[in-house]
Amino acid sequence: MSRLRASIVKEIWAVLRDRKARIVLVLPPLVQLMVFSFATTLEVKKVDIAVYDRSGGAHAVELVQRLHGSSYFRHIRPVQSPAEVRAAIDRREVLAALVIEQDFDRRLNAGQSASVGLILDGRRSNAAQIAAGYVRQVTGGMGVPSTMANAGGGVAITHWFNPALEYTWFTLPSLIAIITAVAGLAITSQSVSRQREDGTFDQLLVSPLRTHEILIAKMTPAFLMGLFNGTLFWVIAQVVFGVPFFGSIILFYLALVAFLLAMIGFGLFISAVSMTQQQSFMGTFLVMTPMLLLSGYASPIENMPEWLQYVTLLNPQRYFLIILHGVFLKAMPVSEILMQVWPLVVIAIAMLSAAAWMFRSRME
Amino acid sequence: MNDPQRHGGRSARGRSFQRLRAMSIKELAQISRDPSTYLITLVMPLLLLFLFGFGISLDASGTKVALVQQDDSAAAQQLVQSYRNSRYFAITTVHDRRPAREMMVRSEVRGFIVIPADFGRVVAQGKAPQIQIVTDGSEPNTAQFVAAHASGVFNTWLANEGPASKRSPPPGIETSARFWYNPGLQSRNFLVPASIAVVMTIIGTLLTALVVAREWERGTMEALLATPLRMPEFIASKILPYYFLAMASMTVCTLIAVFFFGVPFRGSILALFLLASAFMFPALGLGLFISAVTKNQFVSSQIALFAGFLPTFLLSGFMYEISSMPVPLQAITYIVPARYLIPSLQTIFLTGDVWPLFLPNMAALLVFGAVFFFLAFRVTRRSLD
Repeated sequence: MSRLRASIVKEIWAVLRDRKARIVLVLPPLVQLMVFSFATTLEVKKVDIAVYDRSGGAHAVELVQRLHGSSYFRHIRPVQSPAEVRAAIDRREVLAALVIEQDFDRRLNAGQSASVGLILDGRRSNAAQIAAGYVRQVTGGMGVPSTMANAGGGVAITHWFNPALEYTWFTLPSLIAIITAVAGLAITSQSVSRQREDGTFDQLLVSPLRTHEILIAKMTPAFLMGLFNGTLFWVIAQVVFGVPFFGSIILFYLALVAFLLAMIGFGLFISAVSMTQQQSFMGTFLVMTPMLLLSGYASPIENMPEWLQYVTLLNPQRYFLIILHGVFLKAMPVSEILMQVWPLVVIAIAMLSAAAWMFRSRME
Repeated sequence: MNDPQRHGGRSARGRSFQRLRAMSIKELAQISRDPSTYLITLVMPLLLLFLFGFGISLDASGTKVALVQQDDSAAAQQLVQSYRNSRYFAITTVHDRRPAREMMVRSEVRGFIVIPADFGRVVAQGKAPQIQIVTDGSEPNTAQFVAAHASGVFNTWLANEGPASKRSPPPGIETSARFWYNPGLQSRNFLVPASIAVVMTIIGTLLTALVVAREWERGTMEALLATPLRMPEFIASKILPYYFLAMASMTVCTLIAVFFFGVPFRGSILALFLLASAFMFPALGLGLFISAVTKNQFVSSQIALFAGFLPTFLLSGFMYEISSMPVPLQAITYIVPARYLIPSLQTIFLTGDVWPLFLPNMAALLVFGAVFFFLAFRVTRRSLD
């Protein structure tokens, strides 16, 4: 026990005293907080749009003014010819171009339906679809007497768990999974290969420490760092970004521990396989990128082809993201959380065992 | 002999070329001995292309939605059928709100649509029926798509089959939208070309930073600098192999994008090579600079990741719209080289050669390249003194 404690203390010092390792502790969480929380938004705001007004009548002017009045648009650029429309779209100066037909005013004045054409840049189809929705809101709200517009019946739309659809309510909880994962992977995967390069790993092997003691000691710094980062971002999400937390703190930590162990399992495995720091860096990169992209964070899992959806079942991030959104926003009940925690536990056990086995075979 | 100066100049140039060739061969041999090179130049690009081709899709089709059908009338059945026929949704029918709510908490569905018990009665009376759409707001983008498409299906049904459909529609403004260059709205068509920029960043910045930093770490850099090699020769020999690796990787990626993923290629190969080459300038410069500053593999790998890879991925307009970001972050995107490449790459594939777009972007890339090389040059020279 005292042997284990001594080696844990040694590992923590190894991480804290190494200037390089400290960079991994400090830099990624800060950059990620900055960049991920503000940049990774699929929201579309401040659209630049071109308007080709072939009608020139009062209704057309009103339509353009309504675009100006809408908070969704930033620059509204008048253009005079189809060629200009094409150039503005091709050069990506605008996301969309609204073409008001010549008979627009005449038809509206005669009490008939009029039409406008909307050309969107398919090179940004996600943003373009959302922008099309904004334009429809503006055109739909215009010209029609309100009594008639409402005669068609109705749809009542409610967004649960996030009524205003705040994007940060989605990103900040997700960030806990990303940041703790990066820390867990980077610290553990580097720890052994660094000692291998320094030649101090052999000293470790001839010491009276047994394999599991070495492994537990190697796991500890990343585990503590993960708990610290997890807690820090749990606080930041609520205090700085105002994300509500409706779930249970105990369940949050239970899931965090299971998730950290799973990620550390991956990190130790990479560490056991690679001979140099460079290789373990590559390994981390090769594991981390697919994990991030196939987690449901970058895009929903159900949009993927079915066979790939099965692959995501091996990804700890997938379960932890559901838990995080569950505990933050949905007040997810215990039974549901446990349904997401047990796959994490299985992955953790599998990866840690694989790592231990790898170590043993490498040591002989 | 008559013109010794000229003669000497030619042979010096010849020797310079020989040295450069020898150095480049040495560099290539060194790169090809290292297994991580293959990982970066072959495995990583394929993995990334594959992830963006299959894994990332912003096309909401087959979104799982529950339908709470509280009414069995013919009208309700018809509406349910409309939802089942929509390509946007995969429908699970339930008859009570509670299971729908539970499914949403478990993230099994992204929302639910309630057809209330009086639906058929209201329709029979010739009045306008009401439905309710509830979405899972914990994923705002999906929530918006669900709300928009679910009300779209309902409004279409109402216009065609609803109680008011026999009467003439009220006058209004019809908006007919057309999506140029990507009419099928496949996000793959713009994500796969953009991922080529990520691949080139990995080779140009990440690999260069790592390998050159290792030479600094092992002290072989000083040994090289002690040879008769001149500084520009030296730097050229360091970057040429990576340039060729990156271009080879780019070519393979382009072939896969076109022939495997079926992304159209409407521009010219010349434009693609010019743009890619222009991009390699800042990418390599940044890699060299990072390695010269840190002289340490581990630190340079971390910095290359955060200064090269992440910005290319997140701050370049690749997936996330720059105009939606806060203003300070938008300002930062101007110093991300990939920002000047990705729009052009997407344009070459989907639109064609739009030189008024390409030329300013290429100019920006060259300026960034010059800055990074100048910095790398200075740091390298200083560390020799």
